[in-house]
Amino acid sequence: MLEDRIDLAWVVDRITQGVVFVGGVSAILFVIAIFVFIAQQGLGFAIFELDKGVFFTSPAWRPTSEPEPQFGALALMAGTASVTGFAMLVSVPFSLGAAIYIGEFATGRTREFLKVLVELLAAIPSVVWGFIGLTIMNPLIIEVFDVPVGLTILNAGVILGLMAAPIMTTIAEDALKAVPEGYREAAEAMGATRWQVIRQVVLPSAKNGLVAAVLLGVGRGFGETMAVLMASGHAINLPTSPFDSVRALTATIAAELGETARGSEHYKVLFSLGILLFIVTFVINLLADVLVRGRKGKRA
Amino acid sequence: MGSLRTCDRTEDTLKGGPRQIHKVLKKADMKAMKLPLLATLAVAATLTSCGGSVNGSSRTILQNKGSDTLVNVAQAWAEEYSKVNPSCAIAVTGGGSGTGISAMINGTVDIANSSRSMKDKEMTMARENGVEPVEFTVGFDALAVYVHKDNPIESITIEQLAMIYGEGGEVEKWSQLGIQMPEGASDEIVRVSRQNNSGTYAYFREAVLGKTGNYKLGSLDMHGSKDVVDLVEKTPSAIGYSGLAYATDHLKLVPVSSGGGAPVEPTVETAIDRTYPIARPLLMYTSGQPTGATKEYMDWILSDVGQQIILKKGYAPVRDL
Repeated sequence: MLEDRIDLAWVVDRITQGVVFVGGVSAILFVIAIFVFIAQQGLGFAIFELDKGVFFTSPAWRPTSEPEPQFGALALMAGTASVTGFAMLVSVPFSLGAAIYIGEFATGRTREFLKVLVELLAAIPSVVWGFIGLTIMNPLIIEVFDVPVGLTILNAGVILGLMAAPIMTTIAEDALKAVPEGYREAAEAMGATRWQVIRQVVLPSAKNGLVAAVLLGVGRGFGETMAVLMASGHAINLPTSPFDSVRALTATIAAELGETARGSEHYKVLFSLGILLFIVTFVINLLADVLVRGRKGKRA
Repeated sequence: MGSLRTCDRTEDTLKGGPRQIHKVLKKADMKAMKLPLLATLAVAATLTSCGGSVNGSSRTILQNKGSDTLVNVAQAWAEEYSKVNPSCAIAVTGGGSGTGISAMINGTVDIANSSRSMKDKEMTMARENGVEPVEFTVGFDALAVYVHKDNPIESITIEQLAMIYGEGGEVEKWSQLGIQMPEGASDEIVRVSRQNNSGTYAYFREAVLGKTGNYKLGSLDMHGSKDVVDLVEKTPSAIGYSGLAYATDHLKLVPVSSGGGAPVEPTVETAIDRTYPIARPLLMYTSGQPTGATKEYMDWILSDVGQQIILKKGYAPVRDL
């Protein structure tokens, strides 16, 4: 048997091991630390002091009003939900279509080119998307739909849909690729057309992965801040049409947190909004994760 | 134990040192309770600069933060003052009056800019943190009401503004004010407002909607005076409010009347003689009666030279020059 030798290679090996370990653990630590921080700042207030009846049912968000501030978050939740919902209407057909085309039809060069292009879309910073919403979409919507202002659910939804599309396309394509080639061959051997193969064999077996892709897109939409802040109009409204301006939870936190005195009621209620967001995105991501794992488990 | 020794040294260096550095160190000391290591680093870093200033070669840096209305003026003051007194640098940040006031309460700025006075609640919070804010009026602003340049409106009353912006106000359409909007513009009024920490937002509420009045929900709340002006410029049926200095050629400023009087154009002159109904003081707060570099700077701002600068930026000086 060889003796363990302490030479350079051994040292490098050990150091690398340590660095990788710290890297791996730190991700978990950061998530826990963020959760603890948010909870510490706002959870006590959210549980004991905040009037939940008002918070969940009143649209009146006037946190700096005198003499009585109003902390109703219903309009903000409706804002986030409507923008995310509209974004999904835009991006689900597009990204699933793109995933099917890239995964099932495109070959060789075209396929690689499209994949790079889709990933490039994900690299555009959100403030640039917001800027597009503000300066290009706004006048366009006023012009085309003859509405008084173009900073609306429609505007933010389209922007957000485009932002969520790359991640959804990539994950959906992975899900399609994970369907064993044998399924397709078997179906084709039985005389199925290409479309029949996709619709009746590939899509049903990739179902969980596709749902996970959509859920991750939803999570992306929920958490997005800057683009929504700029394109949605930032107006407290219970929306009744896609041409209403709304205000999102994230945008509210972004616009107000920097300007509140630490420890004030307003500060704590913003953290309560943060907790709400955290819970919702956590549940969505967890659901997506469980679904993806379910698919992998079945394969094994 | 290294950390302890550094702290001791800090306090020695402190005695008689400039006030500004004292404050920075106090902050570092506060952190020291929670994060000894970080604080040691911070103290060590400050010590270096401290040594410099004892030799007279380093510059004092004053932190100045707050009102978006004032930010351009504050920037101009800071630039000009660095020429007058090169040993003092002023770091100016905007973000809104709320930002400046919270920073004053949290003790992170030397001078806070605000376009509204501090609330009693904020004063109490500041005192609890050991800060005693002192108020200076550094100029006056006519809070201008902006509309799109194609809007035919000729004047507006405070009451009409309250009906447009205030909760319970019934005016939703320009035709309700007897205004026929031109071809292509919607009849529906698009209300452009500010985020709820803005001093302009707070002042407008008080002056137009009354002390206990509330804004109607559904206004587009912009983050900064510039954004208000930009949006109104591009939206034919919009109305917005912002500091006079943000006026451009692509907008219309609506003369305002109150209590049955004649409509008054928002100008520097009407802000000075107080004939414009929604003119307001522009304020700066210091922590305690200013001393040292802060006092010199405040004195300079209120001098004729400083007041000429605020006039040049489109606001009214505190006295006739």
